[in-house]
Amino acid sequence: MTARRGSMRHTVRLACPPDTVWDVVGAAERLPEWWEGVESVVVEGDSRTIQTRSGLPMPERLLTIDDNLRRFQYRITAPLFVEHLSTIDVHDLHDGTSLTVYSVDAEPAVLALVISGAARAALLRLPELLGVDRIP
Amino acid sequence: MGRKILFVTTDQQRYDTLACNGGTLSRTPIIDSLAAEGVRYDRAHPQSVVCMPSRSTIVTGQHPSTHGVFMNGVPLPGDAPSVAEVLRLAGYRTALVGKAHFEPYFDPFLRFEENLLSTEGTTPHGGHRRGFEHLETAAHGAMGPLHYCQWLLKEHPEALGMYCRAIDDSLQVSAAVGGDTGAPQVKVNPIDRGIYHTDWVADRTIAWLDSVDADEDWFCWMSFPDPHHPWDPPESEVGRVDWREVPLPAGYTEDRGRREAIIDAKPRHWRAWYDGTLVSNYEAPADWVPATLTADQVREVNARNAVEVELIDEALGRVLARVAERGWADDVDVVFTTDHGELQGDFGLLFKGPYHVDGLMRLPLVWRPAPSSRNGASRDGAVDPAVVHRPVGLVDLAPTFCAIAGIEPPEWMQGKPLPVDDADAEARGFDKVLTEWDSELFGTDVHLRTMMRDRWVVTVYQPGTSHDGTEGELYDLVEDPLQQVNLWEDPAARALRDDLVADLWDAQPEVRADRLVLEAPV
Repeated sequence: MTARRGSMRHTVRLACPPDTVWDVVGAAERLPEWWEGVESVVVEGDSRTIQTRSGLPMPERLLTIDDNLRRFQYRITAPLFVEHLSTIDVHDLHDGTSLTVYSVDAEPAVLALVISGAARAALLRLPELLGVDRIP
Repeated sequence: MGRKILFVTTDQQRYDTLACNGGTLSRTPIIDSLAAEGVRYDRAHPQSVVCMPSRSTIVTGQHPSTHGVFMNGVPLPGDAPSVAEVLRLAGYRTALVGKAHFEPYFDPFLRFEENLLSTEGTTPHGGHRRGFEHLETAAHGAMGPLHYCQWLLKEHPEALGMYCRAIDDSLQVSAAVGGDTGAPQVKVNPIDRGIYHTDWVADRTIAWLDSVDADEDWFCWMSFPDPHHPWDPPESEVGRVDWREVPLPAGYTEDRGRREAIIDAKPRHWRAWYDGTLVSNYEAPADWVPATLTADQVREVNARNAVEVELIDEALGRVLARVAERGWADDVDVVFTTDHGELQGDFGLLFKGPYHVDGLMRLPLVWRPAPSSRNGASRDGAVDPAVVHRPVGLVDLAPTFCAIAGIEPPEWMQGKPLPVDDADAEARGFDKVLTEWDSELFGTDVHLRTMMRDRWVVTVYQPGTSHDGTEGELYDLVEDPLQQVNLWEDPAARALRDDLVADLWDAQPEVRADRLVLEAPV
C-alpha cells in the first residue's frame, strides 16, 4: 500500500424513505445509537468530540448538515490525521427505498480504511435500529 | 479419556529454520525430537501466504476462497465454522493463547471481540469465541489492545518502549532501520527475556493447562507471534548467533546483476517491489526499497530470526515439561507448524507478498501423535515415525484434529486428515496443494492462483493493476529448487504447463457467495 491518501466508499439500501434514515444519520448527537464502539459524543457548535470504546477521544469539525440535500460532512481533526473528510449522503430512490452512501477520504491512507470499515459496520446496524429491511 | 491436542504455531517461519529440516542456524532440539518420534512433512504449504487468510484456513479447514478472508484486514465472521467449536461440542476444553488474528488489529473503536476481550478478561462473551472458551492474545510487541500488551502496561510499563516500533507516525509499517547493519525492522531490545512475548505465551499456556482437570480432554492452540518481523529478540539472547558468521541463504544471489536478471524473468510486480515502486502487502514497509538490502543485512536478519526460533523451541520445551508433570505425556498429540513463510533474503527480498515461492510457501510441519496411540494394546490409529514427501496443506489440519479426537470431520472442511506416511498419502490422493492470493486496495489489485503438484509449482495470474492475465510462473522443484528459472514461456514446457493449469482450475475450491469486505489494513 503505497498510497498516502486513501478513498473508500460503502453503501446500504434500506426499505424505507430517506427521511427515516436521515433522522438518525443526520443528527450529530445520535452517533452512539448506530456506530458501534462510540461510547459518547459531545456536540458544541460546529465541533463534535466522540469518545471511542478504547478510550480514544476523537475531535471532529462538522462541515455540512443539509436537511434538504440530506448530506452530512465532517472532518476528524485528531493529530493522527493529516487530512480527513467523511460524507454521508442519503438518496431517495423514489420507490419507497433509500440509498445511504458513506464516503471516507483520509491521509494517511490507513485511516481511510479504518474509519470506512467502522462506517460500514455502522451502516449495517441501521436496519435493526430503524426496524426496516436491508435490500441486497 | 481421549487424546489431548497441543497445537503449536509460530508466525512467518521458513521450513529451513528447523534443524530437522536441514537448518543450520537455530538449535531446535525439542521440535527435532517431536519430528523424530512422529511425522515430519517435507511439503506442507499454506493456502495463503499472509496471516489472516492463513489462520482462517487453519481454524475453518477451508480455503480462503471459501471462508472469504481473502487478505489481511478482512475479518473472519464470528459465525464462521471452526474446528475448535467442533471439539468443544465433543467435550474438549478449548483455548487459544497467543496470536489469534482472525480479526484486524487496527481497531480504535474496539469493534472486534479479539481486541475488546483484552479489556474485559479471557472468557469470551457467550462462553466461547469460535469454540475457544479461553482466549488470551498477543502479537509482535507492545502495541495494540491485546492481553500481552495490557499485561505489559500494568506489570512492566518500563518495557513498552523497548520493542521495535513497528508502525511509524504515518501509520505505515516502519522503514526505520537498526541493528549493526541498518536492516529494516531490526532493533536492539533490552527487554528481560522472561517477559518477552514468547515466554509470556508459554507461561499463559501453562497457566491454562493448570486450570484443566487431569481427566479432561483439551485442545490448546499455543500461538507464538515470532519469528515474524520486527526482529527484536531480547538483547541478552542475540549473542547466540553471531550474524557475522551466518552464511548467506542459498536463495540470495549476491551478484546484483544476476539477482536482478532472475527477478526480471518473473512477472513484473516482482521487480516493481524490488525497486520500491509497488507494495501490495501492507506488512512490508512501504518506504523501504528492497534493492538497498545488503548481504550483511540478510545475515543479521537471519541471525535474529534464528534466535527467535530457538526461544520458541525452549518455550515449547517448558510447556511439554508441564504436560509431563500433569501426567499427560502419553496422551497428548503435538502438532507444530506456522501460518506462512518469510522471504528472508531470497531474491534480495524480505517479508512477504504475492510471491508464491518456497520461502513463503514451504512450511515446517510436524505431527507427533500421542505415544499412547502406539504403545497401547490396540494399535488402532497407531503412527510410526515417518517423513511425508507428498504435498499437504494447512487446510488439512482441522480434519486431522477431528481424527485425533475420534470425530468424523464435518462436510464443510475441505481438507483431509494428514497422511501418516507416503503410502498413506498416495492411497488417499494427496497429490496437489493450492495457494491463493487476492489483494485489492486503493486502486491496486493482484490475484494469483498456485498449485504444487509432483515436482512442479505453477502460478497463474488473473488481470489486475500489474498484470493482464497472461503472466505466470512455472518451476521445476527438482532441477531448480530455488525457483530461479521461470519456465512459463518455455516452449518445451508448454504441454506440461497447459496440463498443470487445467488441473489447477479444476481443483479450485468453492467461492463464498457473499463477498467479505476489507475493514482495516491488518
